[in-house]
Amino acid sequence: MTLALFEDRGTPLDRQRFTWRELVGKPISKLDDDAFTRVRVILMNGIENEAMRFLHAAARFNGELRVPFAEVRRVEHHQATMVNWLLGPDHSPLETTIGYEQVAIEVTAALAQQEPDAYLAQNYRFGLLEDFDHMYRYSALMDRLEGKDSNNILQSYTDVMPGRPTVVEHRAPENDVRRPFDRRTAAPITKMNALTLTASEQQTHNYYLNIGPLFADPVARQLYAEIASIEQQHVTQYESLLDPSQSLLENWLLHEATEVYNYHSCVETETNPRIKAIWERMLSYELGHLHMVAELFKQYERRDPQELVGERLPTPIAFESQRDFVRETLAREVDLRPSGADFVSLEEEPQSSLDYRNHMNSEGSPSEIVADGYAWHPGTELTRQAANF
Amino acid sequence: MQESIDSTRLGTNRTGMQTSPALSKEMMDNAQLEPNETSAGLDGQALAEMRAEYVREADPLGSIPPPATAKGALKSGMKMMTCSRPQAFIDKLSERLAYERAGTRLYEAAITKFLEHSEELPGATVSDFTHIRDEEAAHALLIKECIEQLGADPTAQTPSAALVGIETMGILQAVTDPRTSLAHTLHALLAAELVDEAGWETLIALAENMGQKDMAARFREAEQHEQEHIFKVRGWYESLTLESGQLV
Ligand SMILES: [Fe+2]
Ligand SMILES: [Fe+2]
Ligand SMILES: [Fe+2]
Ligand SMILES: [Fe+2]
Ligand SMILES: [Fe+2]
Repeated sequence: MTLALFEDRGTPLDRQRFTWRELVGKPISKLDDDAFTRVRVILMNGIENEAMRFLHAAARFNGELRVPFAEVRRVEHHQATMVNWLLGPDHSPLETTIGYEQVAIEVTAALAQQEPDAYLAQNYRFGLLEDFDHMYRYSALMDRLEGKDSNNILQSYTDVMPGRPTVVEHRAPENDVRRPFDRRTAAPITKMNALTLTASEQQTHNYYLNIGPLFADPVARQLYAEIASIEQQHVTQYESLLDPSQSLLENWLLHEATEVYNYHSCVETETNPRIKAIWERMLSYELGHLHMVAELFKQYERRDPQELVGERLPTPIAFESQRDFVRETLAREVDLRPSGADFVSLEEEPQSSLDYRNHMNSEGSPSEIVADGYAWHPGTELTRQAANF
Repeated sequence: MQESIDSTRLGTNRTGMQTSPALSKEMMDNAQLEPNETSAGLDGQALAEMRAEYVREADPLGSIPPPATAKGALKSGMKMMTCSRPQAFIDKLSERLAYERAGTRLYEAAITKFLEHSEELPGATVSDFTHIRDEEAAHALLIKECIEQLGADPTAQTPSAALVGIETMGILQAVTDPRTSLAHTLHALLAAELVDEAGWETLIALAENMGQKDMAARFREAEQHEQEHIFKVRGWYESLTLESGQLV
């Protein structure tokens, strides 16, 4: 079901309030909740963080709107808190990492299929195969460091096998920068997809940078350092798809519409009624933001917000296993490499990327070392053999 | 490379008050030496109340999955007729499985540490360590087999299995940190082994209550191994620690 964006005015900003007790509610169950409930929690934390970071950056470029920025930003912050605190403390940093890569795989695959712009869809399929490989490397780490099976988190929705090998994902910065959509002609869904993935990859990047040093094991510390670097590349790629000529208010409006769209997708697909009620509340808050920003947009830019974000929301994001699509993409596109803003064959990869990664990998490759000879097996590598006594 | 005695050398540790007497004196200018009479916080009551509220409302960590196959259900039903809640046994079996797998990986990390410091511990050989590692791995396989015999799913993470992962995080951190000495590593291993052995004891009692005599016998054998692990690890740990107290 699609939602009419401008019919429901949502919760007015001055009624968007929280208590500490509300912010810190009951977490989801790592064992009993559906993996896609965790996927939604992680994704929405990313969306909220992007909303908040965007408004902080915006305040540095605009004096006039600093008070409305601050008012909405405060709510975004508390939304981020309420959502992120839903992750139970029994999720170890490595288990949460598996959840993050599941988001990167399943959500990117879903958006790649709903993306009408062929070039952007190509970018999503490209990034997808890299996060797919991260899942394999982290699963190997989880098995070989902690003796745990990543499928306890994945719940058999997502394959664990090599993608585009992480060791070759490192490339010169110039080959991470893509061509943006055109703000005048791009469909609203195109703009929202690009922003959603930018948000999601950005929080993954931040997360790895923050938790990498929590590990004592040097292999884990190196692996997080390596994959965090790829996530930084991914943020560069995805944010370069956003048209830089969008005005500040246009950008803000797009952020609020993207939040509405994502929460609406969560409401439509959530299986845990308690969590669904949180998505509904957040959706109503975001509709409040959207209407407030739409008014500012009309006032300052004298344009119709509907021109930008459309009248109705697109079909909700498909939060479900994209296994077949991922396998097909892997079979067809694993050997693609970027050259500037374009994708070329393996042999045509620019020398600048080869030079860069040869140096980075010259003292050893953590992603290769950790997964040497690794193949995912139900219940870990250790339970492959038969008991011998 | 550092040795175990390096971790007990005198040095520039700055954490205590006595490191910087002048600064400490200034700290004391602001410190309240007498507890504030009107503050109710000192008895910890406010903290306890907030925690208690969450404890009362908390959901469980999760559940234990029902046997997936009718055949499995029948089997577990038949074998455990004497017990009304066979899943409690499954939960504890899953816990041991998780623990033994984690223990195997823990020893793999410890073996690396030992190999780099083996001269410190002339009484031990690498095969002493690999022997323990292999027994932990064999225990995991034994448990997996038992879970399958009961028609349950050995790949499921039950609440007790998930919990031991949390409990042992600190132990794993202590062992995998390249800076910890061999003595530190052995201390962490000793903690792991003591809990390991206690886990087997409980499991044997549970198996007996369930009427699983064969399993109980196999578990007793495993517990025997664990006692040997404790004996060895404690011995190495004590000899290294006592030695570092005598060297100058
Ligand atoms: Fe928000
Ligand atoms: Fe990734
Ligand atoms: Fe990524
Ligand atoms: Fe918002
Ligand atoms: Fe053991």
